Amino acid sequence: MTAAETEQKGWLGRSVKRKEDSRFIVGRGNYIEDITLPGMLYMSILRSPFAHATINSIDTSRAAELPGVVAVVTGELLAEHNLAWMPTLSGDTQAVLATDKVRMQGQEVACVIAEDPYVAHDALELIDVDYDPLPVVTTPQAALEDDAPLIRDDKEEQADNRVYHWEAGDAEATDQAFAEADRVVELVTHYPRCHPAPLECCGCVADVNPATGKATIYMTSQAPHAHRTVFALVAGLPEQNIQIISPDIGGGFGNKVPVYPGYVVATAASLLLGRPVKWIEDRTGNLISTGFARDFYMDGKLALSEDGTMMGLRVNMLSDQGYAFADAQPSKFKAGLFHIVTGSYAIPAAHVVTEGAYTNKAPGGVAYRCSFRVTEASYFIERLVQTAAYELGIDPAELRRKNFIPPEDFPYTSATGFEYDSGNYEAALDQALERVGYRELREEQKLARAEGRLLGIGLASFTEVVGAGPSRQYDILGIKMFDSAELRVHPTGKAILKLGVKSQGQGHETTFAQIVAHELGIPPEDVTVQEGDTDNTPYGLGTYASRSTPTAGAATSVAARKVRDKARKLAAHLLEAAEDDLEWSEGKFSVKGAPDRAKTIQEIAFAAYTDHPEGMEAGLEAVNYYDPPNMTYPFGTYAVVVEVDRGTGRWDVKKVVAVDDCGTRINPMIVEGQIMGGLTEGFGTAAMELITFDESGNCIGSNFTDYLLPTSWETPSFELGETVTPSPHHPIGAKGVGESATVGSPAAFVNAVIDALAHAGIRNVDMPLTPDKVWGALNEAGLAE
Amino acid sequence: MITEANQATREITVTVNGQEHSLEVEPRLLLAHFLREKLGLTGTHVGCDTTSCGACTVLVDGVPIKSCTHFAVQVDGREVKTVEGLAQGGELHPIQRGFHEEHGLQCGFCTPGMMLVSAALLEENPDPSEEEIRWALSGNICRCTGYQNIVKAVQWAANETKEQA
Repeated sequence: MTAAETEQKGWLGRSVKRKEDSRFIVGRGNYIEDITLPGMLYMSILRSPFAHATINSIDTSRAAELPGVVAVVTGELLAEHNLAWMPTLSGDTQAVLATDKVRMQGQEVACVIAEDPYVAHDALELIDVDYDPLPVVTTPQAALEDDAPLIRDDKEEQADNRVYHWEAGDAEATDQAFAEADRVVELVTHYPRCHPAPLECCGCVADVNPATGKATIYMTSQAPHAHRTVFALVAGLPEQNIQIISPDIGGGFGNKVPVYPGYVVATAASLLLGRPVKWIEDRTGNLISTGFARDFYMDGKLALSEDGTMMGLRVNMLSDQGYAFADAQPSKFKAGLFHIVTGSYAIPAAHVVTEGAYTNKAPGGVAYRCSFRVTEASYFIERLVQTAAYELGIDPAELRRKNFIPPEDFPYTSATGFEYDSGNYEAALDQALERVGYRELREEQKLARAEGRLLGIGLASFTEVVGAGPSRQYDILGIKMFDSAELRVHPTGKAILKLGVKSQGQGHETTFAQIVAHELGIPPEDVTVQEGDTDNTPYGLGTYASRSTPTAGAATSVAARKVRDKARKLAAHLLEAAEDDLEWSEGKFSVKGAPDRAKTIQEIAFAAYTDHPEGMEAGLEAVNYYDPPNMTYPFGTYAVVVEVDRGTGRWDVKKVVAVDDCGTRINPMIVEGQIMGGLTEGFGTAAMELITFDESGNCIGSNFTDYLLPTSWETPSFELGETVTPSPHHPIGAKGVGESATVGSPAAFVNAVIDALAHAGIRNVDMPLTPDKVWGALNEAGLAE
Repeated sequence: MITEANQATREITVTVNGQEHSLEVEPRLLLAHFLREKLGLTGTHVGCDTTSCGACTVLVDGVPIKSCTHFAVQVDGREVKTVEGLAQGGELHPIQRGFHEEHGLQCGFCTPGMMLVSAALLEENPDPSEEEIRWALSGNICRCTGYQNIVKAVQWAANETKEQA
């Protein structure tokens, strides 16, 4: 295939309006709660009020007698079927329903199955649980003290609360760099616990057919194929008898990657009762028990020469894992992807120590529009670089520029072992500085300070690592992280594309149809994209970690090219020409030098079923399981301008400029939508989102009146810019983008606030930067009014 | 314990999207559940249970209310409009077209509530400023899209309505 043939111009880079909108704008989406089956029962979950307690007894008799209640399920019943515990994504264990103890507030203790959802809820109040409260551990620091109560006493090999201790990079080379450095700059900060909080909570409808044994489970799943495999392994059900259907999903952000107890109990109950069982989580259940995000304590040092050249980086990280280790954990990258902590900079030596501890909190750490620990690492380096700029008296933009990995050094191998595919960091920085008016702003800042006003300009020049992955390095529970596409062109030239990933709002039905259009000339409206049904799509690992375009997007391109290869053979037959004499352009093959002798892809598709040559299989379809040769490394520079009020600590965002480079943009409208959504969540993280706990382990942040999310009123407007540095290894040069803004923007917002206060010596305020905390810092520095 | 209330149902008559319904309901039945479960209008979504997120917003006599903390019996004798009632005679409401044109939605879960609040705003104020739009939408949370394109969607609908007038 020639280069010209792969360049089917016209459909890449076009802001095609979304196909999926038509059902959502008329209220005809099909979300989990919209699914109703004949004879369906409803499940409610009783949760622990205590963060740590021994369960002496659970008396369900009064609940069971309530009219309308069909069954009450406890851990004891599940234990009889070896289902009381289940594996997490990182191979630890988590209770389905508590048997011995509860280890977090909100832990699942019992489930009621009833004819009516209100009755199921009523019955929870009739379950009597006798608890003996135990001492509670609410921080990872306390968890690692010698006399800390042992949280996972159920695990024989577990003698303390340490979950892991992993290192990456080269300790000796880093020590050497620090010994030779002129300056060492330190930052100690906490990336607080927050929650992805998709607007739709989790839920499922489990339907085990007693006659056939087939389990059809409709669930809020970002990874239906992986979940089917987990169900098969956990429940011992034959995998071909499990069908996971993930319908329209009301946002995910990683919250719908793990398997939660509710799914397992509903499925077990349906198996037991022979009727469909629906479980819809309430918001409090979602916030207190499902996959939280972040909660990393980070302490790091940057070694520099006097002129600002970065020489070495050392970071210690301690994470609060909750009572089970449930991160999505590539087994060959023990520090998660925290290695990306060297960011966009050519730092020759780095060493990272990561530790995790059990506490009496919900497990999680999977994500919030990015993790594998990329978010925390990126935040840390961008904050540390800004700190170094102040300490060395170098402009933060210039310190970054001086240390960027130069464009000619790609592919670049970082000190912690990643091979960055492509980048041009200075171009993104320059554009951001230009758009925000950086030089003028620095002048304005001086004038403002002279007037006693606090103006701040924050930058973040992030680099992400997304698109897992090369399967030799990335897996979840041993399942390798490839993805897949199956493309079938029907006789009338209309196509169905089936994918192993699953959209939660990312617009796959439009974007992936555009890839087919680009490769084959079949317009997007003639390509239906199907996802989320394990019996009807090829195996894949799902949608999270910005991986759909890098993996399934690439698979779509490759599958379409296979179809085109067969189409060439068919065209040669139809045109009575040699294959080599044909050329491809704009959706048709024509005879070289005789453009009138041509067959369109639609004519060729018809012939594939009606007039294919002897010896050729009928049909026009292809499958590809795409194993990417590398991750993709999207990047960008964000610039934020704020003014801080000295009387209240409130900060107003004056301007946000976001310059992103995600390689080739398939649908710029959708890409920009992803970026604006991520910026909004990044702003929320920086400004207000916080899941915290009191000393008894009570979760503060268990509903949307305590866990604050940004609304249209607080959220600033964003100005977007782009540079395009294609990924050299992706078939159409695209990189993942869904999470760039959540990764890059929190540091930019915080750096802006710190920049407003830096002249008074302030270097850090931990997120979220609520007015009271900022005022506290102002007060300490003598800036408060 | 509320189960004794099961027997004490009340009859209500309510007009939903122009169609009158008379049904026996438990007094504790939430309006959101009434619409979804009794009338099959599943376009109204429940996102938070605490009147915070606005996914469940419907119009009662033209005024946006959050149906997750409103009882069905409270709309007895009143008119309710849900997302299913926005389009008229097979024609999409300008706000529905605005959300599509300006990419004002991603997962679609907050969209019905956002559109109903916007439609009520435009009814009252056909030419709102950006600030007025942002204030009107501030009781509704979107997690995927952010608000910039939603504001543009409302502006698109306002312009469209002006041009048609």
